[in-house]
Amino acid sequence: MPSEPSRRVEDKLFYNRYLVDSGRAHIKVRPHTTPSSRLLSMLKACPARCYELSDKGHIEVTVDGCIECGTCRVICEESGDIEWSYPRGGYGVLFKFG
Amino acid sequence: MIEERFDAIVVGAGMGGNAAALIMAERGLKVLQLERGEYSGSKNVQGAILYADMLEKLIPNFREDAPLERHLVEQRFWIVDERSHTGIHYRSDDFNEEKPNRYTIIRAQFDKWFSQKVREAGATVLCETTVTELLQDSHGRVVGVRTDRDGGEIHADVVVLAEGVNGVLGTGAGLRGRPKPDKVALAVKEMHFLSRETIDARFNLKGDEGLVIEAAGTISRGMTGMGFIYSNKECISLGIGCLVADFQRTGETPYGLLEGFKRHPSVAPLIEGSEVKEYSAHLIPEGGYKAIPQLCGEGWVVVGDAAQLNNAIHREGSNLAMTSGRIAAEAICLIKSRNDPMTAKNLSLYKKLLNDSFVIKDLKKYKDMPALMHTHSQNFFLTYPQLFSKAMQDYVRVDGTPKLEKEKLMLSSFIKARSWSGLFSDALRIARAWR
Repeated sequence: MPSEPSRRVEDKLFYNRYLVDSGRAHIKVRPHTTPSSRLLSMLKACPARCYELSDKGHIEVTVDGCIECGTCRVICEESGDIEWSYPRGGYGVLFKFG
Repeated sequence: MIEERFDAIVVGAGMGGNAAALIMAERGLKVLQLERGEYSGSKNVQGAILYADMLEKLIPNFREDAPLERHLVEQRFWIVDERSHTGIHYRSDDFNEEKPNRYTIIRAQFDKWFSQKVREAGATVLCETTVTELLQDSHGRVVGVRTDRDGGEIHADVVVLAEGVNGVLGTGAGLRGRPKPDKVALAVKEMHFLSRETIDARFNLKGDEGLVIEAAGTISRGMTGMGFIYSNKECISLGIGCLVADFQRTGETPYGLLEGFKRHPSVAPLIEGSEVKEYSAHLIPEGGYKAIPQLCGEGWVVVGDAAQLNNAIHREGSNLAMTSGRIAAEAICLIKSRNDPMTAKNLSLYKKLLNDSFVIKDLKKYKDMPALMHTHSQNFFLTYPQLFSKAMQDYVRVDGTPKLEKEKLMLSSFIKARSWSGLFSDALRIARAWR
């Protein structure tokens, strides 16, 4: 049976077009010493894998590949784990098909 | 600073926002529509199926120039386990009609066309503009919006919130809560390009005929979810979605699920050799009737996904958006024609008209369905699909076992997995929630 090799999410994001708003991240993680379970769940739940665990055990976000779905806001904003907004007008992901 | 004052500001240029802006502009209101994307459509993600009836009510002759992909002639529902699918397929030549009922579309392209109609109707459409907050007076009345453009305060009599599923502005202004993880699904999708001939051959289509496959079962790994495959002219939209709360709970990854669905032996041959050109993700309102927030207030109304208007059972969302946008616009135009103010009391006409439409009637019908599906996901999305698949295989495989014995084994496998009372209560729950 033909089967495609498993692709990394980074390769998927490569298909997309972005206009990155350098130095103006639209999502910010609240500084923490130990990440909450909600923040930790973002390592898996973010469809663009924007969230990563640093060497120091902190959750960090890099929004360059963000596809603006809102999943992390739904999980993490109410508790204050993150600050979330849409990118400035014109910036962010630019869907050709959507 | 935009000095002008508008009759209405529409936030967002998706199906709901475009419908509202179009109707209000056509009826002579001074309308400003704000969209954060580079063009209307560039931030919008959907499967996508277009339901003709709801668009006809807005643009009767849309078939003349709208970028439609294929009209649907076949619907396949699959229950899948790891290696098989059990399907109900409905195909009818009746759907090859002069004015087809459902089409596949590509949202970014379709919305660009829709936006052109909104402009032609006389609305001002301002793209690359993110609305950052609603302007409220000292009484909490919404009087306009603030944007991320310089000095970007803009005033209007009424603001139509068509900002999409996240409802960020509504939350910011305290008009509603955030969507909850168990009330929204995260769907991820890829666009797989193939030649038109290849798609026609693989899906048994000709001309502009199109097809939909919806699959539920072990592909969602016990979570509440569904996979979909839609045929466009020269590409396949393929995706899968599950409740955000389930992703959070299980630690499954959305892209892992997508890869699993693509590798399924019933799916892989359909997309073999395709070129992927886009990967997207989007939240889908799944809370149904009980998750609908307040629909209007002093100087504002909310439509479409932003109002969580989505029929998850029938997978209808964009038509509810178009219809709620149209009805909100009609209510606003009526209030305006009477020279009445856009108060909560007057704007409740929108709620009344929406209640009388199929939008709320359908959502009410299935009001108990989300809770049922979300709390018994293991049974409905893992156990039953596995049981069905096993039963189907036993039924068709010829191996010398007497048929009566096979039937007994089948029945006992169901009872063993769910018990008599479990089977009975599952059936009863579904019947009740469906009624």
